[in-house]
Amino acid sequence: MAEIQVDVQARRFQERIDAEVRIEPKDWMPDAYRKTLIRQISQHAHSEIIGMQPEGGWITRAPSLRRKLILLSKVQDEGGHGLYLYSAAETLGASRASMIDALHSGRAKYSSIFNYPALTWADIGAIGWLVDSAAIVNQVPLQRCSFGPYARAMVRICKEESFHQRQGYEIMYTLATGSADQKAMAQDALNRWWWPSLMMFGPSDADSAHSSQSMAWKIKRFSNDELRQKFIDQAVPQADILGLEVPDTELAWDEQTQHYRYGAIDWDEFNRVVRGDGPCNRQRLAEHKRVHEAGAWVREAVVAYDRKHQDQSDV
Amino acid sequence: MSEPMPLFEVFVRSKRGLEHRHVGSLRAQDAEMAMQYAREIYTRRQEGVSLWVVRSGDIVASQEEDAAAFFDPADDKPYRQATYYDLPEGVKNL
Repeated sequence: MAEIQVDVQARRFQERIDAEVRIEPKDWMPDAYRKTLIRQISQHAHSEIIGMQPEGGWITRAPSLRRKLILLSKVQDEGGHGLYLYSAAETLGASRASMIDALHSGRAKYSSIFNYPALTWADIGAIGWLVDSAAIVNQVPLQRCSFGPYARAMVRICKEESFHQRQGYEIMYTLATGSADQKAMAQDALNRWWWPSLMMFGPSDADSAHSSQSMAWKIKRFSNDELRQKFIDQAVPQADILGLEVPDTELAWDEQTQHYRYGAIDWDEFNRVVRGDGPCNRQRLAEHKRVHEAGAWVREAVVAYDRKHQDQSDV
Repeated sequence: MSEPMPLFEVFVRSKRGLEHRHVGSLRAQDAEMAMQYAREIYTRRQEGVSLWVVRSGDIVASQEEDAAAFFDPADDKPYRQATYYDLPEGVKNL
């Protein structure tokens, strides 16, 4: 009897998804759907929070007050986006502490792009332009994801993200049209961030572990390779306007497909960085742990303050 | 005169996938009754697929006199809007 019921619920669930009806937290859902979403949303949240580090390091070194204010706002937004996403994951029953613990123990990942260092000011331009553009390409279809709270968080995030991309492009344009040294600095940043940005879309479709089920559940709407191609098609003309060269000798416009052809991605590098051996993996995680532990007294003080006031009102 | 019944705020989700939106309030003795009333008062014409009722007293609201301190700091940060940035001519998808 119970099994038949689950069958009926599972069929109803998939019918809803097929009919483009959103799933809400209190609806019945398969355990695997819940687990997949908790994994994806929490890792998305971790990416926003860890992503504050490479840019955050440049706030005190921004070249003008204007740039400093902009960067401060952007990094603050990333923190906010992490919080929207943790809250969306919590509607599925995941606790904040368990998600942070999964990050700290290495069970949960974050976007591998943030394991690369931001070496020069031009990197701040390249991150805003390329990394945020790639994130937007990923996130726009997620606004129609089958799980309501995730989709709604994405609507907010995409709306706020549009300035991130533009401020990055503006930095790149300023450098690319500046002195020869400044232009070289912009080119160097593009050289280092281009390939890791392409890797942000994950393994190629043939090797993607989670894709087909996520497609059937409409958590994912486009394949990794489709999204990567969309990003390349947008970014290459933008690089042309900057007068910078995309570091791919095989890059060429294909009249027939109306897409750019591009060279082979170094998946060994991608796997190495995902496994933990990128340039900054240890540093990023150690910094997150340090701040989390250093902030423990604040969380304890908040609880103690609340308790004190409850005791007083009990009298 | 007897005490008025507690006030409840009513939120309706008009369609799955959309957020619950505040539609109004009502008085009821308890949450269960508030839910019944909300259904009768606010969703007689297929206005929604889900209802929330919340005791008004449980809502923590910002105060009108605090509005300046709360919201004015956003006024001088136009760089948070995408339209603040000049783009070179011809650039697309930004």
